[in-house]
Amino acid sequence: MSKKIVVTGIGATSPLGGTAPESWTALLAGESGAHTLTQDWVAELELPVTFAAETRVRPEAMLERSELNRLDPTSQFALIASREAWQDAGVPEVDRDRLGVEYSTGIGGLWTLTSAYDTLVKKGARRVLPMTVPMLMPNAAAAAVSMDLTARAFARTNVSACASSTEAIANAYDHLQAGYADIIVAGGAEACVHPLPLAAFAAMRALSRRNDSPETASRPYDVNRDGFVMGEGAASVVLETEEHARARGAKIYAELVGGGVTADSFHITAPDPEGSGAARAVRAALEQAGAAPDEVTHINAHATSTPVGDVAEYHALLAVFGDRVHEIPVSATKGAHGHLLGGTGALEAIFAVLALRDRLAPPTLNLEEQDPAIPLRVSTSSQALGAAPQLAISNSFGFGGHNAVVAFRSV
Amino acid sequence: MALSNDEVLAGLAEIINEDTGIAPESVQTDKSFTDDLDIDSITMMTVVVKAEEKFGVTIPDEEVKNLKTVGDAVSYISGAQS
Repeated sequence: MSKKIVVTGIGATSPLGGTAPESWTALLAGESGAHTLTQDWVAELELPVTFAAETRVRPEAMLERSELNRLDPTSQFALIASREAWQDAGVPEVDRDRLGVEYSTGIGGLWTLTSAYDTLVKKGARRVLPMTVPMLMPNAAAAAVSMDLTARAFARTNVSACASSTEAIANAYDHLQAGYADIIVAGGAEACVHPLPLAAFAAMRALSRRNDSPETASRPYDVNRDGFVMGEGAASVVLETEEHARARGAKIYAELVGGGVTADSFHITAPDPEGSGAARAVRAALEQAGAAPDEVTHINAHATSTPVGDVAEYHALLAVFGDRVHEIPVSATKGAHGHLLGGTGALEAIFAVLALRDRLAPPTLNLEEQDPAIPLRVSTSSQALGAAPQLAISNSFGFGGHNAVVAFRSV
Repeated sequence: MALSNDEVLAGLAEIINEDTGIAPESVQTDKSFTDDLDIDSITMMTVVVKAEEKFGVTIPDEEVKNLKTVGDAVSYISGAQS
């Protein structure tokens, strides 16, 4: 008999807002988080892409100076989002040995790594700071959250590029089912509005080049989409067994009913054009949920706004849901917040949870002329989900052929 | 030009505050780094690296273990500057 796992807290620092509710409100209002970057390095390094979606509230406004100095921005975002989620969950009095952390990043402490290397080259080995390694390691965010919340069951980090934080939530589901913890803070963070990933993703032609119009650059499913928009930030959820949540009288947003994780084994960066690996992940999540495809009422798509990826995901959804997929309200929220890489899945999972709570599929920005090859039910305005019980899935796919899907039921 | 002991103390207090959040006014010459300020070894090495850069001195590794108090560090840095 599987346990019921519920979502009892959410937190985010994103291009749409400094908290989860602010991000949700901005998303529903159709705001974009993208803008022209003002940093000197954009021109100095002749970056071909001059815009991105930075966090709306900077960590400097949220953290102590000592925290800013001892944590990479990735961990700073993770800490901000996780503190909010923990507060939102009611600052539970829990057995700390039964509190776990599953926290992901796609890249890790990039700012720390590159600045330490600059220091090494320019000033020599004696000037490299002793905190460099603990700041740059990819598990640093999980460690920071674990230290901050005194979470001692475990602090895990899975790394699967842009699928990372959806996989973290799927892993948390499994670990709660397995009884390794009663309550888990799960999520992901990325601090990637940095010249190196901007240059590198641009080099592979993955980024939109709409430098003259950042707010309209991320346009999932639009015929004129030309790549994704770099985002950054973090999102965290507090997950616990229903028994644990009920015992402490927690408010419950939604039920996490399953997760599916698969690999394409097709190409290092290109999605399988038939989306078969992605389809298997959706099916696996639904199987864990004990749900039939016909029960799904909302999809938060990965849909990054790349010409190839959006079509491949559609084929995966078509394979699982058949023609009914054209009736399911789909949201591609990256149109508003860009692509947070390892943090994106957790942010979109929160939006899926809030969609169930408010019975609203959020808008997909910049959809002016829908690609006829992707006839999904998407809209630039919110779509009502109705009062009946809802089942939502949130998809994430990453370079390396990683596919991760999580499923939530309304309560 | 070499800084005065008070200026070195103020500079050290600023470095320690930035990295640990310890109030600058708590960083006094009679304070022990470990017992009073609760500064661990990795933080101490961070302070050393930043102090070397800030004051233009070299603090050899074998010297760091002799810097028990803030006053020890102020004296060493002042001496190394002149």
